[in-house]
Amino acid sequence: MTVMKNPNTVVNESGIEIKTLYTREDVEASGGIDDSRPGEPPFTRGIHADMYRKRPWTMRQYTGFANAADTNERFHYLIANGQTGLNVAFDLPSQCGYDSDSPEAFGEVGRVGMAVDTLRDFEVAFDGIDLNKITVSLTINGAAAIMIAMYLAMAEKRGFDLANLRGTAQNDILKEFVGRGTWIFPVEPSVKLVADTIEYCAAHAPKYSPVSVCGYHIRESGADPAEEMGYAFAIAKAYTDAALARGLDIDAFAGRLSFNFNIFGNLFEQVAKFRAGRRRWARIILDEYGAKDPKSGWLRMIAGGGGSGLTIEQPENNISRGAYYALIAALSGAQTMALCCYDEAYTIPTPKAQRISLRTMQLLIEEIGLTDTVDPLGGSYYVETLTNQMEEKIVAAMDWVAEQGGMVRAVSEGLIQARVSAQAYAHQRSLEEGTFRKVGVNCYVEEGEERPEVELHGYDEAGSKAQVDALRRVKIERDDHEVEASLDALRTAAQAGDNVMPALMRAVKAYATVGEMTDVMVDVYGRYDEPLRF
Amino acid sequence: MSERQTEKKIRVLIAKPGLDGHDVGAKVVVRALADAGFEVIYSGLRKTPEQIAAAARDEDVDVVGLSVLSGSHVPLCRRLRDLLMDAGLGDRLWMVGGNIPEEDRAVLGQLGYRGVFPTSAKLDDIVNFIRENVT
Repeated sequence: MTVMKNPNTVVNESGIEIKTLYTREDVEASGGIDDSRPGEPPFTRGIHADMYRKRPWTMRQYTGFANAADTNERFHYLIANGQTGLNVAFDLPSQCGYDSDSPEAFGEVGRVGMAVDTLRDFEVAFDGIDLNKITVSLTINGAAAIMIAMYLAMAEKRGFDLANLRGTAQNDILKEFVGRGTWIFPVEPSVKLVADTIEYCAAHAPKYSPVSVCGYHIRESGADPAEEMGYAFAIAKAYTDAALARGLDIDAFAGRLSFNFNIFGNLFEQVAKFRAGRRRWARIILDEYGAKDPKSGWLRMIAGGGGSGLTIEQPENNISRGAYYALIAALSGAQTMALCCYDEAYTIPTPKAQRISLRTMQLLIEEIGLTDTVDPLGGSYYVETLTNQMEEKIVAAMDWVAEQGGMVRAVSEGLIQARVSAQAYAHQRSLEEGTFRKVGVNCYVEEGEERPEVELHGYDEAGSKAQVDALRRVKIERDDHEVEASLDALRTAAQAGDNVMPALMRAVKAYATVGEMTDVMVDVYGRYDEPLRF
Repeated sequence: MSERQTEKKIRVLIAKPGLDGHDVGAKVVVRALADAGFEVIYSGLRKTPEQIAAAARDEDVDVVGLSVLSGSHVPLCRRLRDLLMDAGLGDRLWMVGGNIPEEDRAVLGQLGYRGVFPTSAKLDDIVNFIRENVT
């Protein structure tokens, strides 16, 4: 995706003018080639010395629907097909802190992901899955502290040692205010909760990654590739500062911060973005924050998705797009890949579409040679020049945030939301005018072409009722006194400004519901009031 | 055109009912309608049908436009229909956009939603539809 301003000028999405030819002189003029080896700071060529020779990327498709039992069945299907990690989708009530029987959950239970009310749902969803072999990523943000507590409690009950438990929670609330929208509490207490999870995991589950900072959704909301990464770093710095303010040592948690980036767009721009991003993040953590352990400066990432690159028009084209996006992620040195499925523009992916995405990634490993050598585009005059230029653009995006008073303020005031949404509008206009080319949308459109039939994942009324019934049974079986006492302890901790994770661990073990725990915290912290700025 | 319309701009409420957090499209439409010279009120995320009907009444809008990407458009539109009728807003132009299968178009039309704009609809088509149907 390259914007042609006029026939003689080519400019990429991040605003860098692309030359007809790159030579050694261009690399030198842009700052030269960084000769560090992969596995050595600043990790431009990769965070590991051997990269995919040692282990290919983790394949972790986004899955989850209806209830825990159905989701568990799909998990087993994907694992049987060679998937090596799980990426859990939650339904909207769970993401927004409502129980399945609340009025807010009307029509939404199990619709876009798995419904979770209590620890019981986690026990069912992960039944029979070896958590030491399959790493689990929880795509949860507003309710992340609760769901992390549930995951840790579930693992503990099944006898896994938390000291060695791996896994990830998305838990990036700042980007939820910019795009995606599953916030609950106001900005400042939300950031405080992220710091609580970082602090708790550093002490009790040191291999668990409590936060995956997402440029992904900010890009989906309208930001360009360099801004995507710059804004993500500004967000990661906000969490880092909050954790440091607790007295944590940078090396106690920085190595467990992970990232989630988007991969649609111009291949070379994307590869340069990731190379530049690795270098910049290492400089931020190792130089700016003074971390001693080189691993603290690793930009560990899931690179994938590409949802906004997919189109509802000529949807089969999305299979080809997905293959190019996976190629981009592989050339970029991603640790984990999750590929949007070709039907994802209009439905929750079918098993067939999920299998195609999985096979797409496996093709790169088995047939196309993407795991043979590290950073295969390193040394290209074009890619090296662009890497240097993208790093400058990333820094410029971070500078813009700093000029707004930092990410917490930029989000609280709606400044970044307004900026990104203005870009989304400009982009939509350029798509409709045809200045930004999109195959099947504004070029190569065939006469009399029919819009594909949208197959919505049917709303399962019976499944929704079964979830509510299951919740009722848990409420009858649980110890009401312990529920009350644990919720009181949660309230006390929240009011005192203490880390709420120990209280949440106790409450989830008592089978307190997501809604009950959220309500207690809303009483103390309040609810977010969206600043609507255009 | 009624006298009321010649005196003031077309007023549009763009609203996000339910828990769906996808607001890129809704915000893009808000900007397009504002650029077209309409007076646009945006609800923000996660509004109940009750809140949306109350805003439509209080703001005395000509157009109520809903954006739903989660697939819950039919139940939400059904609930809002009753509330809009109770609020005496049955004569206003109701529209809905989002991830909407073709087969739901008829259901939504019967509920009174005259404009249905699925994903990939063009901004100018939305603007023109409002110009042609607000009388």
